[in-house]
Parts: sequence; C-alpha cells; structure tokens
Amino acid sequence: MLKLLLRKLKIGRLTEKGGKTLISHISSDLPKSFKQSLQIRHLDCGSCNACDWEMTALSNSLYDHQHFGIDFVATPRHADLLMCTGTGSTQLLMAAHETYEAMAKPKWVMAVGDCAIDGGVFKGAYASEEGIGGILPVDFKVPGCPPSPDDLMKALLGVMGKSVS
Amino acid sequence: MLVLQEYFDSYHSYPAVKIVEWGKQEGFVDVPPRDLPEILTYCLEIKPRPIWLTHVVNDERQLGKGFCVYLVLHFPEKDFSLTLVARGIIDKFASLTSIFPALNWSEREAQDLFGLVAVGHPDPRPLVFHPGWPAGFYPLRKDYKAGEECKAFKRAPLVFPEMHGDGMFQVSVGPIHAGIIEPGHFRFYTLGETVLHLEAQLFFTHKGIEKLLEGKTIEEGLHIIERVCGVCTVSHSLAYCEAVEKLATVKVSRQALLWRTILAELERVYNHIGDIGNLCAGVGFALGNANGSQCKEKLQRLNLEYFGHRFLRGRVVPGGVKSIPGAQDSQGIMNRLVELSEDFEEWTPLLLEHDGFRQRAVTAGVLKTEVALDMGVTGPAARASGISNDWRELHAHLLYPELKVKPMVEHEGDTWSRLMVRVRETRESFRLLNSLLREAMTGPELNDEQTNAPAIEKPRPMFPAWGCVESPKGTDVIWLMLDDEGKIYRCRIRSASYANWPAVPLTVPGNIVPDFPLINKSFELCYSCCDR
Repeated sequence: MLKLLLRKLKIGRLTEKGGKTLISHISSDLPKSFKQSLQIRHLDCGSCNACDWEMTALSNSLYDHQHFGIDFVATPRHADLLMCTGTGSTQLLMAAHETYEAMAKPKWVMAVGDCAIDGGVFKGAYASEEGIGGILPVDFKVPGCPPSPDDLMKALLGVMGKSVS
Repeated sequence: MLVLQEYFDSYHSYPAVKIVEWGKQEGFVDVPPRDLPEILTYCLEIKPRPIWLTHVVNDERQLGKGFCVYLVLHFPEKDFSLTLVARGIIDKFASLTSIFPALNWSEREAQDLFGLVAVGHPDPRPLVFHPGWPAGFYPLRKDYKAGEECKAFKRAPLVFPEMHGDGMFQVSVGPIHAGIIEPGHFRFYTLGETVLHLEAQLFFTHKGIEKLLEGKTIEEGLHIIERVCGVCTVSHSLAYCEAVEKLATVKVSRQALLWRTILAELERVYNHIGDIGNLCAGVGFALGNANGSQCKEKLQRLNLEYFGHRFLRGRVVPGGVKSIPGAQDSQGIMNRLVELSEDFEEWTPLLLEHDGFRQRAVTAGVLKTEVALDMGVTGPAARASGISNDWRELHAHLLYPELKVKPMVEHEGDTWSRLMVRVRETRESFRLLNSLLREAMTGPELNDEQTNAPAIEKPRPMFPAWGCVESPKGTDVIWLMLDDEGKIYRCRIRSASYANWPAVPLTVPGNIVPDFPLINKSFELCYSCCDR
C-alpha cells in the first residue's frame, strides 16, 4: 500500500486537462441535456481493431473520457451515440441493425475511421459493405486510419458542442 | 535434412514424388494427393517435432494443375522448412485433420471458400460462412468474379450442437459484447456454474481480404496487409515483405534489418504491456489495468513521435524500411525506453504480488502441452504450456541470431503462466531494444525518404514463397504467389490468432463462466486477422 501511495505521489496527475478550459459555444444539434453527458455504445462492424484500440485508449488515465461526461456503456439500450468502426462486414449486418434498433430515441451514429466512412482499403471485398453508411444513418464522421484518440476526443466534444482551448 | 531427402528419394508411389527444389534451408516437394497423409505422418514422427507454418489451398485450374494443397512445415533442429504440394485435386482431397488436428480450421475453410470436400474430416461443419449465403458461392475460385454477393446474403439462424439434461443451461454471449471489443458469439453449455462445453462462432468480421488481394500490385497489397490486424501491423508487413523478397531474391541491407528488428520489438513491447493491463480488466482489477494502459499509451506516443504512426504503419516496405530516425533520435528512443522499463518494473509487482488477482489467474484455463502441440498453438500461449518454440530463436532471420533470444517458457499452461511469459518477454524485449538502439546510434544513417530499399524487379512468377514473423501473439505467416505481371495471384494470411483460436474453447470446460473473460484475455487473440 505504501509503495502504491509513493508511486501515486511520484506520478502526479496524468490526465491532460493541464490548464485547458472547456469552451461550449460551438454549434451542436444535440438537445441540451446531451451536452453535459454522452453515453456511447461501440459497435465493431469488421474493423482491423486499430480504431477499437484507439477508442479503448480514451479510457486510459491520460485521456480519461469520463471527466468530460463521456462514457462507454455495456448495452445499446443505455446509449445515445453508436460509434461504429469497420467496413460493415456482411455476416454482422443483422447484429448491427439490431443494435441500432435497440437504442432509445433520440440516437446518433458516428462512423469512426476511413473503413466505416467508405470502406477504406477494403473497398470491393465480397463480404463487406463500403462503409456503414449503407446500413445505418450516419450523423457524424471521424476520418483517419485509425483516427488518433485526440481526433476522437475532439470529435466527441464537438458533437456535444464543446471544444478544448 | 538428409533424412528427409533420403525418405523422398526412396518413396515409391505412382505418380512419383518429385523433389522440385532442395536447398540448405528450404525444400519443395511435389507429392501425389493420396500419399500426403502417409508423408505427413512420417514427418510428424521426426524429433524434435516439426511445427506447422501454413496450409494453403489454391485454385490452379487455369494452369492445368487443378486445385492444389500446399502444406509448409518447419523442422526446428536444422532450421529447415519443407513445402509439400499436392496437385491435381478435382473436387475432394483426403483430410489431414485426424493426423494433425492443427489443420482442422484450414480444411474447413477450404470447404467453404473453394467448394472442395475434405474426405474423412471429423468435423466438416462450415466454418467461415454463416448460414445464409447463396448455394454454389465459392469466392476463392478463380472463375468467381466479385459482384453483389454481400447483398445476396440472407441471414439464417446460427446452428449449434444440442445438449440436454437436468440442470443444463445454454448461455449465449455475443456477437456484440459489453466492452470495446470485437464481435464473436460464444455459446456456453453449463451445469450449475461449471462450463461443460464451449462453442465459439467467429468470422463475423470476415470481409474476404484474401480474394481482395488477388490482382493487386505488391505495393497495394502491402497497404491491405498492414490493415489485416490493427496491432500486428509490423509482423504482418514483415512477413509479407519477406515473402516478396524471397521471390525477387532481394537482399536487405543490415541497417534495414536492424530497424526492422527494432520495429518488431517495439510492437511486441507495446502489445505485451497492453495485454498485461487488459488481463487485469478481465477480473475487474482496475489498478493493474490503469497502469498497463498508461504504459501502453506512452509507448504508442513514442511510436508516433519517432515513427510517425501509433501502430507503426508504413515503415516496413519490400526491400527495406522507410523514413526511420537518425542517430540522435535513437538516443532519444533509448532514453524513453529506459524510463518506461523502469516504470514497468515498478508497477508489475503491484499485480504479481496481489493475492486476489493471483488466485483468479492460477489454474484458470489450463492448456495442456499435448493439446497445444496437436492444435499447432503458437506464441506466448504455446510457451506457457511448456513448448519452447519462439520463431525468433528457431529461424535465422532479421538480427535475431546475433541477439541470442531465449524463449521464455512456463509449464503450467494456465492464465498465470501466460501472463508470466508476457512479463518476462517484455523484459527481454527491453533488453534487446537497448542493444539494437546502441547499434543504431553508431551505425550509418539512412537517407530520409525510401532509404536504400532496392527496387523489386521481376519477381519469380507462379512460385510460392512464405514469410513468417513472431508477432506478440505468435507466428504470423504470409504465403504468397505472384502472377506473370508481378501481381498477387494468391495470398494466404495465417495469423497467430487463426492458429490459436481453435485451442481456446478447449481450455474453458471445468472453469466457471465468469472466468472466461480472463481466459480469453490471457490468449489475447484478435478476431480481425482470424476472420479476415
């Protein structure tokens, strides 16, 4: 326990808020109540796993999405936003559709990464759509292969009508 | 491998066995399809036992050779690899699964994608394709042209074995899971809390990458190969480049080899550390998870800063490496790594000495040595089950022979052993990186763009070559055949995850359902490079 405390003292605070202030003047179409807290469900539609890892990285102590009111939830029924990665592989389409249907309204879909936007390098594969736009109504797009956690954080804050100065 | 050569010379069959090529390191032998089982049985009896690199089915009907089965084995004693090829298959081939269970999935996949029949296969259920594809849809046949097939898919219910009895329950999980993870469906058959049997239905992220690669140029292929698996980018592209370089007989400069080795080890370190942290997430041990993910993030930032990509993409190219750091940066990387390795030594005791965590991990998900051998398990999973096979030690490639890599072996085969293998390998990788970067600081600098990569000219057409690299999860093997124009004719991706997945369900019976996330994370397999 002592070791742990000493380590904590040595490291200090990792989370990179570092004097930055949140500004909330950006235009956002989200209803007011969603600008303070956003619950997200992740959906892998055939990604290479890189986008997924970058989303996982958002929860490490350096980014710590929770202090912005953003959280990843275990079920679509609790989610406001569906973050989709991957091209939309055929054998998963039905599950993807059911996930979307299970979400309560109002709900939004974010296409994360080049694959989710237009198929990326996997355009033309026989068991895949060209992006998830073909099956779900996409509201927001975050390009990148993969988008970095910083990009993702900016995009999420942008959706909530915020930005970090 | 004189023994083998003599065996083939004296092997009597009609049509005869033909040694196409026989060198010091590699042999290539044509065998009649019906003799393949007997020859494989002989090979498997050689001690030390050969390991399985890849099994490829290829449609060579346009070349008048029918369907062909290629099987690549590696004999560790003399670092010799043998390619057995059975040509002239029309619609069925003799299954080898009963002789060597590691080939189970590969043969089932051939049934799905080529429409061939593996005669005598003990479990011929479809593997890659879920129910719902149109009949006669065999996409890897050359006469198939990509069309609107993904629209023709009509989902039908998945089929699982029936099980009945008092107190018997089926627990179905997935394909969409609670965390930020990839999709797969798991069906647990339980009696009380104990799991009796587990069926894993994967291939939800199957996109058809192997077909997509066909007809692409070497460069286009590299872009796709780098994205087969997000976190094993370096291993996959190294294996691919190794295959290309074999076909084009390109010699890679020492400086390029040095940086390739550094990249491969950096990939191992960030993955292993991330995996150690994730293992803690499997039991809800936030402290371990937080430390692991912090450390991983710092390593990925190092990747971004010095190599321009958090997953190290775009650095390995056929013939060499691209835009790599100079001497001063090497010093910088080394300083950062020293800091991080000290940090690693500081936080790992927090979890290794934690009794609660230890009690969950010890004896959970035991993979027995014989099972691991039969299933052709590779990487940390194999080494945790007492099998001393580390491709970096077995095969002379990159700068590994000089580094004298020691395989880290544990013997219990449980989750704890797999964790310990990763912890010890991370330390070893930090050590290797240190000595590699020392050389990089003193060695000649490469110019910024496109380095000294020799051009790939006139690669050998219609001849197979493979590349194999020890990724953080085990050996990734890329098998490649190019056509007359130097474009990809067939590319088979046998990732470590593909080799290890069949063994995972076997380790679960006897454990309780809540132990599964832990066991699964201790293998830390990727769905994407398994499903392709």
